[in-house]
Amino acid sequence: MEDHYKITSFCSIRDQTVYKDGEEYYTNTEAATVKDFAKGVYKHLALNYAKFYKMDDLCKLSFLASEVLSQGIEFPEDTALVLANHASSLDTDRKYQESITNREEYYPSPALFVYTLPNIVIGELSIRYQLKSEGVFFVSESFDADFILQYASILLETQKASQVICGWVDLDSHKYDVFLALISKTGNREANAAELNTIYSKL
Amino acid sequence: MAELQLELKEKIIEQLSLEDVEVSEIGDNDPLFGDGLGLDSIDALELIVMLEKDYGIKLKDPKEGKLIFESIGVMAAYIEKNRTK
Amino acid sequence: MNKGIAITGMGIISSIGNTVEENLNALQSETPGISRLEILKSRLHDSIMVGEIKKTNATLIEELGLPKINNFSRTAMVSAIAAKEALQDAGISDINQHTTGFISGTSVGGMDTTEKYYLEYQETAENHRYIEALHAGFTTECVTKYLGIKGYVSTISTACSSAANAIMLGARLIIAGKLDRVVVGGTDALSKFTINGFNTLMILSDEVCRPFDDNRKGLNLGEAAAYLVLESDALVAKEDKKVLGRVVGWANANDAYHQTASSSEGEGAYRAMNKALKVADLSPSQIEYINAHGTATSNNDLSEGTAMKRIFGTENMPVFSSTKAFTGHTLAAAGAVEAVYSVLGLQEQTVFPNLNFKTKMSEFDMKPQTEIVSKEMQTVLSNSFGFGGNCSTLIFSR
Repeated sequence: MEDHYKITSFCSIRDQTVYKDGEEYYTNTEAATVKDFAKGVYKHLALNYAKFYKMDDLCKLSFLASEVLSQGIEFPEDTALVLANHASSLDTDRKYQESITNREEYYPSPALFVYTLPNIVIGELSIRYQLKSEGVFFVSESFDADFILQYASILLETQKASQVICGWVDLDSHKYDVFLALISKTGNREANAAELNTIYSKL
Repeated sequence: MAELQLELKEKIIEQLSLEDVEVSEIGDNDPLFGDGLGLDSIDALELIVMLEKDYGIKLKDPKEGKLIFESIGVMAAYIEKNRTK
Repeated sequence: MNKGIAITGMGIISSIGNTVEENLNALQSETPGISRLEILKSRLHDSIMVGEIKKTNATLIEELGLPKINNFSRTAMVSAIAAKEALQDAGISDINQHTTGFISGTSVGGMDTTEKYYLEYQETAENHRYIEALHAGFTTECVTKYLGIKGYVSTISTACSSAANAIMLGARLIIAGKLDRVVVGGTDALSKFTINGFNTLMILSDEVCRPFDDNRKGLNLGEAAAYLVLESDALVAKEDKKVLGRVVGWANANDAYHQTASSSEGEGAYRAMNKALKVADLSPSQIEYINAHGTATSNNDLSEGTAMKRIFGTENMPVFSSTKAFTGHTLAAAGAVEAVYSVLGLQEQTVFPNLNFKTKMSEFDMKPQTEIVSKEMQTVLSNSFGFGGNCSTLIFSR
């Protein structure tokens, strides 16, 4: 990445705690489920976005991280989304799988099936901020800062996007690891792999 | 009929995850889609599943749903007339 | 026009053939591959039509020479068959002689195999080896090992535009000088999971699908894998490679409208086509054929048609067709399947028809090409749109 691109802001959600730019922003260790925890963050952010409640847990956590990231920042329409994870949409896939294997009570839910693809996260964020730019979702072993930044830099340097929201949004049962970073021309941290790895693994 | 309408409102809030909506906020003749409760095409599909599961009514064409799900009132009248359970 | 990236090999397996040659023969003889389910068991057997590859998993295992105890899902096996053909077609025998990547798109991953043993996992340990096969990345890893690729490997999961996005990424990585060559495409096998899922969305047709027809009733699901070998010009010159065609334009845009439905103005599709034309440095009038996404759902064909109208205008609409009435909608593989058909069309100077079309859509005055026809063509455009608003366009030249 050319050195004029910076890590503008970042947000992580782990172990029932939300971190903004490395600082603890919200925590609720009492929440029994991911759903309850996410609702707590939503209320804390005082959001009014009814669609939130319809999302699956992976989309909810990703959406909340993007909301924290967006505080005080406008995402222009040509903001690209470059995301990856390990478990794909497995958490929701399992729930849907159960609903179709029930022979007596066969009533699979369309609202659930919609979330059996990981890139629906990109769809939800694009709808929320009206982003009409490029979006891509990779499934890989672990967070690969080099790879993600390589993709982001191609988009920025060929003027396909003016800024990129990139990160790792992983959820499997109750375990989750959500990390989003905004790469643009403003900020104090250099947008390089070493720096991205540092802020990803710091917490 | 009033009982069925109340039942439908509760079910819609539960099934369609309208967490911040209260039963009292849904009028019997309020439109459910568009400007009303803001339901979308996936919600309509969920309602079709609900018709089958809870009332034994099977719709083949999602377009039929558009007329039936106009409001709680219209929906309740349709269910009264066609329910098999 | 942008010089683009050379395509030096192609491989495909679909319901209309097990090789590129068989697929071409089926397209030329207008022989579709849509039938009832014969291999996969489903409660929806009598109510849907599908594009199924008529080979059992046992046959695929035998053809690939896999050990009896293996954890290849069907998705991985069809992927290996198509990727192997692409490498052979490109005349590559020593895969690691140059830095070679493998970028594969999939949406179901190993779901087909996992679901088969899902209920047995708790009772017997025998099939536990398939648990990890569910993971989309694992499907790609299986094939990478099978082909012996040691370079850059990556799995894209953006629903039905996955393979198109894999081709786009491959082209970019070669331009950026990160790779000398790359195998790009996608794979998806039929599974109960997707069949039931699309059924709950009520967008499956109980008849053969009719893209762009006013009376279309929905899509036919299909299964396939297809790959292209892309190589840098330096490598092509050095090894005096035969070039089958070139990828000259690519773009992706988001519709930002709904999780699964496309907007009525086709905004995402419009932007993808527009940006791909810019990358290719072409004007709309230079596009001589469009291989449309054309799934035959009420929503897609209207939205895509509207976007095409916005780009080209009804008067100057290029010849277009959807080949999904041949193969069904092969989901994550579709972009690569249709890339192969686009290149075959350029090679043969032939437009493959949009089967089953009878009546023009009431919303606009557009009719797809319904008979096979010879046509001089230099550049063709191919669309692939996925759930999540993910819209991709690729442009190919001779």
